Amino acid sequence: MLEASGLAKNFGPVVALRSADLRVRGGEIHALMGANGAGKSTLVKILTGALTADGGAISLGGRPRSFRSTSEARKAGLICVYQDPSLLPDLTVLQNLKLMATPISRFRHYLAELGLDGFDLQTMPRELPRPTLSLLDLARALAIEPQLLLLDEITASLPADLTVRVFNVARQLRAEGRSVIFISHRLAEVAALCDRATVLRDGRTVGVVEPAQGGEERIVKLMLGPVADEVAAEAASPSAPATGGVAVEVRNLKAGTLNGVSFTLRFGEVLGVAALEGQGQEELFDCLAGVRRPESGQIVVGDKGSSFRHPADAIRAGLVLIPADRLQALLRQRPVRENIALPLVSRISRWGPINLRREKRSVEKAVKRLQIDTRVQSEVRRLSGGNQQKVGIARWLVGGFKTLLCFDPTRGIDIGTKRQIYGLIKELAANGSAVLLFTSELPEIQLACSRVIVLFGGALVDEMPAAEADEKALLRAAHGLPSEADPDAQEGA
Amino acid sequence: MEATVAAERPRLDRVRFGRALRRFGWTIAVYALFATVMVVTIAIKPDYGSFEWNTLTLAALPLAFAAAAQTMVVLGGGIDLSVGALMALANVLALRAMLGHDLNYALVVALIVLVEVTLAGALNGAIIVLTRVPDIVITLATSFIWAGLALLVLAKPTPGIPLDFQNLAQGSTFSPWVPNALLLLLVIPAVWIPLRRSRAGLAIYAIGSDRNAAFRSGVNLALSRILAYAVGGFFAACGGLALSMTTGVGTPLAGTYYTLSAVSAIVLGGVSLAGGRGGMLGPVAAAYILSLIPAVLIYLGIDPNYGQMIQGVLIVLVVMIGGVGALLRRA
Repeated sequence: MLEASGLAKNFGPVVALRSADLRVRGGEIHALMGANGAGKSTLVKILTGALTADGGAISLGGRPRSFRSTSEARKAGLICVYQDPSLLPDLTVLQNLKLMATPISRFRHYLAELGLDGFDLQTMPRELPRPTLSLLDLARALAIEPQLLLLDEITASLPADLTVRVFNVARQLRAEGRSVIFISHRLAEVAALCDRATVLRDGRTVGVVEPAQGGEERIVKLMLGPVADEVAAEAASPSAPATGGVAVEVRNLKAGTLNGVSFTLRFGEVLGVAALEGQGQEELFDCLAGVRRPESGQIVVGDKGSSFRHPADAIRAGLVLIPADRLQALLRQRPVRENIALPLVSRISRWGPINLRREKRSVEKAVKRLQIDTRVQSEVRRLSGGNQQKVGIARWLVGGFKTLLCFDPTRGIDIGTKRQIYGLIKELAANGSAVLLFTSELPEIQLACSRVIVLFGGALVDEMPAAEADEKALLRAAHGLPSEADPDAQEGA
Repeated sequence: MEATVAAERPRLDRVRFGRALRRFGWTIAVYALFATVMVVTIAIKPDYGSFEWNTLTLAALPLAFAAAAQTMVVLGGGIDLSVGALMALANVLALRAMLGHDLNYALVVALIVLVEVTLAGALNGAIIVLTRVPDIVITLATSFIWAGLALLVLAKPTPGIPLDFQNLAQGSTFSPWVPNALLLLLVIPAVWIPLRRSRAGLAIYAIGSDRNAAFRSGVNLALSRILAYAVGGFFAACGGLALSMTTGVGTPLAGTYYTLSAVSAIVLGGVSLAGGRGGMLGPVAAAYILSLIPAVLIYLGIDPNYGQMIQGVLIVLVVMIGGVGALLRRA
């Protein structure tokens, strides 16, 4: 029904899609899989007319098509529901429907199907919880009776019972001969729902798999590409268990989703945190970095309890954060040198002029050590994502720290740079620092960590040495399932 | 399903009432503030009569239009620093063309001026859309262009607006308490209500509320933005003509006061400067409040130049109280 071949898209020097192929049959639920940055969202945007492709062709029902706007794609029966709901917060739900000329009665029908009958259309989306917004968004899309429905990570913000309802609606569309493209990081969902899966890696389609017949392994292999072998090699030589002193002790920490978590982080180890989206990991890192104040519980650094009122307090205690969104931490319009020197400047020469020569020396040392690929003078926003992240780490090498908090530091970074960053993290730990590492890419845990804790629903549900923490074991634990019997786990590793 | 809805009616009514109060609370508060200031005024000046009321409506008319113009643009997520200059342009164009003619001729001129200045507003929007330069930069630049044009049209303040045309605003055709200047305000709802109920009006709210979500909803961002600026231009033109009617003079430099006072009025009137939230009723009342303050000072025998300071304090206070209200609701 839908056929896309050789789609390509560049954003300036950045290649988002090289050559993506996608064939979706009528009456099919088709999964679109790929690691972060593989090009999934770009592909979706091209299909729905939000972006125009630089190359390649799309045909719908045998006729070549190209959409210049989302409303054109909508008229052709292609509609996408995104992870973050696209209802306008300041218009009532009814006005939102009018804006897109959505038939109200069919909207109500699908709302009822999704378990929201009797919903008051005068409500402002601003006042509604996220899962409800997702369902409204979905019902709005369904109400125009699309031929092809794209669901872009819609289940990421839905609790399990609502996910089931969404699946039922998707199956109903399939039964009516219409098609669904389903995008999710959750392999279990894809296996349960989808007929076929197209896998993207680095902007290319690398395979089409049937997930139901034990295809998960192949999907993972395809998604990871060369990294899969890397993981195997790394897992063979797991980092030695840490014997250093306690760097940070977390006692019964509560904040938002995070509901009473305790663990110790030692000097000389990389402690991995594995979790699906929104299980409390953001709150954990924010509390440790002083961005957010915990509701209760303690963070003990050294031998005294600390309460961080401000990131500066955490930095003074030696805890520094590397956020996933690099530009949250960096001054994008300032040169690399100033960015790296900023923590140093705010720590040492608090008063008086900056010692430029000293600053330059420390920065150059860090740049060399991290192989940051740039002239030090250039603006940070012109660097690639990987190099930006290196600048983010370099500033703390210069500024000094005891504990490194890495929150998904390799999000959207290419494989080569990922390897460098993980190498650096391990080296830092070997030199006596403590590292807490969350990554959304479960297979990467084994690349760097010596020990893993798993969060689920705001609680710490499992802890295991890295050697046992292959993706299968982590996925089970991250879904809140009990770990398999030991022999099985051995087999898996 | 109908049955369930009916059963829930009483509860829903209470929900609806609470929601209406929350949504229109600010507007209600602005009108309450206006009423309070009026009561204070009458207490200070017991012989406050239809003449004083007429004076107030005349003073507030151009500002009310300026506030309406700014509201249109700000609701769409922009800001127009050229509102005042557009008003001045409309004002001097009207004078140049009307000088020495009768009412019918003047009305035709007024219509042409409305079209011209609406197009100038649309041009503001089009430049912003095409160049992708932020609204504040473009409208600052065009404000100099429109102001320069106004000076080319008329080098210095010149009287000569036809008296009959002036009387459209200055008289009181129906009752001394319903001056014409008050009735002329009806132009605002005449444009606003149909717009508000159309998809184009929703689209303006949409682009001001969340541009990304609006784009995904299939809203034509460029056209909606240009429309917001064009309607803004139309109201600015009305403001310029109101200036002609109320003063009888063409003044090329009249605009400077109105640009920023219009921003004050919309902030006071409950329009979010971030876009997407607010309406027309609040800013119009706020324009009346801001016009009343200098009069009250005169009645009190205080230097009216304090009015500027009071206006500043009032804005900070009102917005601060609004912020406290929002905090309380969240708690």
